[in-house]
Amino acid sequence: MPFIERLLSKRLGKEVSPGDMVFVPVDLVYAHDGTAPLVIEVVVNELKLEKRLARNKAFFFIDHASPAPTLAAASVHKKMREFASRFGIGLFDAGEGISHQLVIESGLAGPGEIVVGADSHTPTVGVTGALALGLGSTDVAVALSYGYTWFTVPETVEVVLMGTLKHMVMGKDVALWLLGLKDVEKFHGRVIEYAGDLQAIGLDGLATLTNMSTEMMAVTSVVPPEGLREQTNGSWMGSDYVDEISVQLDEVEPMVARPPDVFNVAPVSSVEGVEVDQVFIGSCTNGRLEDMEVAAKIARGRRVKSGVRCIVAPASRKVLLESLDRGYIDILLKAGCILSPPTCGPCVGAHMGLLAEGEVAVSTTNRNFPGRMGHRKSEVYLASPATAMASALTGRITDPRVFA
Amino acid sequence: MIRGRAIKLGDDISTDHIISGKYKFEFIDDISKMIPHVLEDVIPEFYKKVSKGDIIVAGRNFGKGSSREHAPRLLKMVGISAVVAKSFGFIFYRNSVNIGLPVVKAKVIPDTAESGDVIEVDLARGIVRDITKGVEEKVPPYPPEFLEVISEGGIVEYIKKRGGLPWSTR
Repeated sequence: MPFIERLLSKRLGKEVSPGDMVFVPVDLVYAHDGTAPLVIEVVVNELKLEKRLARNKAFFFIDHASPAPTLAAASVHKKMREFASRFGIGLFDAGEGISHQLVIESGLAGPGEIVVGADSHTPTVGVTGALALGLGSTDVAVALSYGYTWFTVPETVEVVLMGTLKHMVMGKDVALWLLGLKDVEKFHGRVIEYAGDLQAIGLDGLATLTNMSTEMMAVTSVVPPEGLREQTNGSWMGSDYVDEISVQLDEVEPMVARPPDVFNVAPVSSVEGVEVDQVFIGSCTNGRLEDMEVAAKIARGRRVKSGVRCIVAPASRKVLLESLDRGYIDILLKAGCILSPPTCGPCVGAHMGLLAEGEVAVSTTNRNFPGRMGHRKSEVYLASPATAMASALTGRITDPRVFA
Repeated sequence: MIRGRAIKLGDDISTDHIISGKYKFEFIDDISKMIPHVLEDVIPEFYKKVSKGDIIVAGRNFGKGSSREHAPRLLKMVGISAVVAKSFGFIFYRNSVNIGLPVVKAKVIPDTAESGDVIEVDLARGIVRDITKGVEEKVPPYPPEFLEVISEGGIVEYIKKRGGLPWSTR
């Protein structure tokens, strides 16, 4: 029986199957400065249910336009701080990091828990073994007020990872490889459950995979915690996986998603040589320690190509501090990278590193829709931190294995 | 019953197409200021061309992408009365139900309909018709709870009018 069905069956005390509409308790609810204003408006001005708040763990994160680049953002942040302090909601202020990363590294979510976040990349938290749903502000306001949300149980696709990754190939390349499958539609509206040689990718890489399940059109994805899977295997009846996809990890090459859509996936080799104006290494997709490590290894003793801006934004203060201790930041700064505080800013075109008309970027983020990072006639290639750093050094899209 | 003129769009219309994320902070204090930018890169000056009651007919993955509720809210604000598409982004679909914008998954009419056709949506019976082309299609009917939420104009209106959620917490 798929993990999410077991999780829900356990929580509700009755067996659930795909298609069942269930009303589930929420353990953790969160929103950020892009979505919290509407949550606050719904809770305070519309529902007038303030007294019902905080029956669950609730957090606000100031991570999207942070520190505030505009007066409008500053006033949003002020409103969030006031609301949080008034109603006992936890607050991660500017500079702490990106919501999903902080939820994972602060242990705010764990196996078997139900998490709702007002951000589409909340499924990142599925790496902890939680059912993590990215929802809109009204959904989150209702969860914040009542402690429950509705959920139609989806079918589950099992993705079995087999073998080991080749040198300079990362979890991001596996995520892009999955997005490039001809039958990527089979993820649509389903849960992706990862199994197999999980250690070959590691937790940071797996979080990149759960992060990008949103782009795969999945409802969410989950990495069942070791043990629970075996412990309950066979002891549950009910439905099985609707599909299974095997990934031979050693066949995965460095990949990119070409603009203007995440499904335009191609091997790096097929776009090598495309000139690049900007590189961004960071975001909830690839701003973790492994990403900083790989970027630093490639950049060590080298220089970013003249004329290219290479922005590096660790996903949290913890990642930043650890990268500092390990010398990665020193290497990256000496290579000519621009160090950003932990923020979502460049990924969403909110602030720092916006692209001008006609400019091309290689980015470790999760979306490349037109105008995502600036002008609607700019272009974004999505890639791993290894490919991004290699491209920053040469000024052209480059297979990172040339620096191996 | 909802009846309106079809506006035909293609596959993979993301929330960023519907309303670009960059306007989120520019007009954070007032969503209505974003109206001139709705679908601007798909149909220039869309907000001027849309009429009250129009129905969007689209292909696969309509509303994929961001969790920003601004996308369905703004479609409703410019006068769209329903969206008929082959498939939807998970969050967009929920957001639409929550704010009272009828969204319908259909297999045939997204291919056969053209802009300007008169489309009818019967949510309760689960039927979509293209009156102009004479095509009728059965679609999965909404669960009764969702139908009530939609008919009240969204979950917030539902709660305001009825004092609680449409679902039991047990």
